[in-house]
Amino acid sequence: MSSLISRSTRTRSILRRVLHCTLLALAVYALVGAGDPASRFNDLGHQLMCICGCNQILLECNHVGCPDSDGMRNELMSAVSRGDSDSLVEQSFVQKYGPTVLAAPTTTGFDRTAWIVPFAALGLGLLTVVFVVRAWKNRPAPAIADGVPPVRGSELERLREKAREETDL
Amino acid sequence: MAQIGSFALLLALALSIYSFGAGILALLFHDDPDWDRVGETARRAGVVVFAAVFLAAVALVVSAFRDDFTIAYIFHHSNRELPAPYKFATLWSGQEGSLLFWSLLLSGYGFVLRLRYKTDQRLFAYASVVLAGVQIFFLLLVNFAANPFGLLEGPLRADGSGLNPLLQYPEMVIHPPMLYLGYVGFTVPFAFALGALIMKYPGEKWIHITRRWTMVTWAFLTCGIFLGAHWAYSVLGWGGYWGWDPVENASLMPWLAGTAFLHSVMMQEKRGMLKVWNMWLVFGTFWLAIWGTFLTRSGMIASVHAFAQSSIGMWFAWFLGITLVVFLIFFIKNSSHLKSEHKLESLISRESSFLFNNLLFVLLCFTVAWGTWFPKISELVQGNKVTVGAPFYNRVAIPVALLLLILTALGPLLAWRKTSFESLKRNFKWPAIGALAVAAFLMITPASWGSPFGLRPWQDIAYFYSLMAIGLAALVTFTVASEFYRGGRVISGHTGQGMFASMVQLTHRNTRRYGGYIVHFGVVVVIVGLAGSAFNQDREQEMANGDKMTIGPYTLICRSYTDDDAPNYASEWAILDVYKGGKQIDTMTPVRRFYKASQQTSTMPDIRSSLNEDLYLVFEGLNPDNGHPIIKAHLNPLVMWIWLGVWIMLVGTVLALVPNAPAPVRVQSARLAESAATPVPAGAGD
Repeated sequence: MSSLISRSTRTRSILRRVLHCTLLALAVYALVGAGDPASRFNDLGHQLMCICGCNQILLECNHVGCPDSDGMRNELMSAVSRGDSDSLVEQSFVQKYGPTVLAAPTTTGFDRTAWIVPFAALGLGLLTVVFVVRAWKNRPAPAIADGVPPVRGSELERLREKAREETDL
Repeated sequence: MAQIGSFALLLALALSIYSFGAGILALLFHDDPDWDRVGETARRAGVVVFAAVFLAAVALVVSAFRDDFTIAYIFHHSNRELPAPYKFATLWSGQEGSLLFWSLLLSGYGFVLRLRYKTDQRLFAYASVVLAGVQIFFLLLVNFAANPFGLLEGPLRADGSGLNPLLQYPEMVIHPPMLYLGYVGFTVPFAFALGALIMKYPGEKWIHITRRWTMVTWAFLTCGIFLGAHWAYSVLGWGGYWGWDPVENASLMPWLAGTAFLHSVMMQEKRGMLKVWNMWLVFGTFWLAIWGTFLTRSGMIASVHAFAQSSIGMWFAWFLGITLVVFLIFFIKNSSHLKSEHKLESLISRESSFLFNNLLFVLLCFTVAWGTWFPKISELVQGNKVTVGAPFYNRVAIPVALLLLILTALGPLLAWRKTSFESLKRNFKWPAIGALAVAAFLMITPASWGSPFGLRPWQDIAYFYSLMAIGLAALVTFTVASEFYRGGRVISGHTGQGMFASMVQLTHRNTRRYGGYIVHFGVVVVIVGLAGSAFNQDREQEMANGDKMTIGPYTLICRSYTDDDAPNYASEWAILDVYKGGKQIDTMTPVRRFYKASQQTSTMPDIRSSLNEDLYLVFEGLNPDNGHPIIKAHLNPLVMWIWLGVWIMLVGTVLALVPNAPAPVRVQSARLAESAATPVPAGAGD
C-alpha cells in the first residue's frame, strides 16, 4: 500500500517537473523571439496592412510611389527601435489608421468570434460525424431468411462484379 | 457588329426560354407521344442556343479587332495598339464580356450534354431543362443588365482606354477561360443531380454519368486557380502567389466543395451511402460558384481583383435565392428516395475516412467563407470593418489542412467496410517510419544546406508548420508508393512481369483509384512547395551602377539601367548580374512599364526559377533624388514544386478519366462457386 502511495507521489512529482520545464521552455522561446528587433519588425510588419487600398500586407506592398507604405514602415521601425511592446505598436497603428490596419481580427470583443467560430464548427462537425457513425453502426443488419436459394448464373456474376467494385481490385 | 451581337443574344434568350418551357411541358406529359416531339424541339432549341451565343461572342471579338470604339465595352477594355492575343482576351476582361463568356461556356456544356442525350433520354431531358433555366438567368443579365454591345455615349473616340496593365500578361489569355470552365462546369453535375432528385432516379447511374463531368470540371478549376496564382506571382510583384483575397477565396470555395464531392461520391457509387450529403454537396458546389461570382461583382466585398461595383449584384442575389428555394422544395418532396442502402460497419474503414475527409473539406470551405464575409458581419454588428487577411487563414486553415494530409495518408490503407487494427498497423508502420526519418533528417541537417534543411521547429511556428507539412507529405508519398508496390507485387506474382510493368498494368486496371493516388502525390508536391514559404527572404536596396546586394547564396551587381519605348507601353529596366559561389550564373532584367492608353504603371518581375528556390527581382522605380533604380529581391524556396505538383495533379486526373482495362476473367473460380452451390447445366456460366 505504502509503495503504491509513494509511486503515485513520485509520478506526480515527475509530472510537475515536466510541466515546469515545458513552461520554462515556452517562456524562453517567447522571450528569445521578442528580443530580436529585425524579426519583430518582420513579424509585426506581417500583422499590419498597407492602407493605400491595395489590400496587401504592409511589408509586401510594392506599389511604386505608394503614398502610405514607406511612412508606415518607418513608423514601425521607430516603434520597434524604441522597444515598444507588440500590443502598444498595434494600438498606436489602430488609433492612427483605424481597425482595418490589423491584418487579422483581434482576440477581444466581437472580433473573438472570428477565431472561435471555425474551431466551434470543427468541434460540432466532429460530434456530428461521431453521432452519424454510431447511428449507422447501431442500425440493425438485414435479417437473413431461412431457405435462401443459392446464388448462381447472372446473379452470381452481378455479385462478383459488385464485390470487385467494392474491393477496388 | 453591335446589332448582330445584340440580336444573337436576344435570339439565344428566346431559344433558352423555349427550351426551358417546352422541356418542362414535355416532361410533365411524357406519356403522350406528341409531347415527346415537343421535348425533342426543346432539346434542339437548347443546341441552337450555343450557336447564337457563339455568334454574339464572335461579334464582340471581331469588334475588338476592328477597334470599334462605338461599343462602350470595347472602348473601356481595348485600344488600337493592344497586341492581338489581348484583343482576343477582351472578351472576358470586363464585367459585360465575362458574363457573355460565361453564357458561351454554359451553352457549350449544354450543347455537348444535349448531343449525348441518348445515354439516358429522360435524365438528360431533366438536366437539359435545369441547364436551360440557368442559361436564361445569364442571358437575361447580358441582354438587360450588363449588355456588352451597349453603345458609347457622346462623341466617337479616336482610341480606347486600354486593357488593365495587370491583365496584359500571357497567362491572362488562358487563366480566366480555365477558371470559368471550372465554375460553369459545376452546373452540369448540379443539373443531373436536380434532375435525378426531381424524377426520383433509381440507382446510381446518374452518379456514374456525372463523375466524368465533375472530374473534368474540377481539373479546369484546379488549373484556373493555379494559373491565377502563377499570374499573381509573375505579375503583381509582391513575391507571393496567394493573398487570401476575396476573389481568390471565391474560386477556392467551390473547389473545396467539389473536391469533397469527388471523394464522397465514391461512397454512393460503391456502397449506396451518403446520398443526401452528395445531393447537398453538388448543389453547394454549384451555389458557391455563383455566390463567388456574386461576391466579386456586387461590390459588397472589397478586393483588388473585383469588377466594378454594379447593380447586377441584386440579380445574382435573386438567382441564388431562387435556386435555393427550388432545390429545397424538391429535396423536401423527394428526400425519402435518398435513403442509404448500407450501414457503416466500423470506424476504421474507408467509409469513415471519407466522412472525416468530407468534414474537413467542408470545414475549410466554411472557414474561407467565414473569413471572407467576416468584415461585412463585423460592420453590421459593431459598426466598423476589420481586415481578415493571411494571418487569420494561416492560423485557422493550416491545422485543418494538416489533418487532411493525415487522412490522405491513412485513407488508401483502409479497406471498405472494415479494417482490422493489426492490418492498419502493418501497412502504416513503414510509411510512418519513413516520414519520421524524413522529418528527423530535415531537423538535424545544417541550415547552410539551404531550404528546407536545418528546419528547427522550435524557432518559429512557421518552421513547425513547415516541418509538419513536409513530414506528412512524405507520409502520403510513402503510403501511395506502398499501394503501388503491393498491388504491383501481386500482379507480378501472378504474371511473372517486372515490377514496373506490373504497376503500369495495375494502374490501367483501375485508373480511377491509381489516377487518384497520382493526384494525391501531386497535392503533396504542391504542399512541399507551399511549405517553402516559411523560409522566404527579401531585401530592398537602391542600386547605382556597380552596387552589390546579397540575398541567400546570391550576389547581385547592378550593371546598368535603361529604358525603351514600344507602341503600347514605355518601359524602364535594370540590368543585374547574378553571382553564386563567386561565379556569374545569370543576368536578370526586372522591368517597370508605363501603359500609354490607360496611363497606368506596372512591374514585370524577373524570376530565376530552380527546384531549390526562385530568385525574384522587382524593379520598384527610380529614386527621384538621384535617379538610381530601387530593386527588391525575394528569395522564395521551393516555389517551382507548386507548379510541378499541379502538372502531376492534372496528369493524375487525366489518367483517372481513362477507362479501365478489362478485369481478368476468373471463370474457374466462378464455376467452382456455382458448382458448390447447385448442379448446373453444361455451359452455364460461360
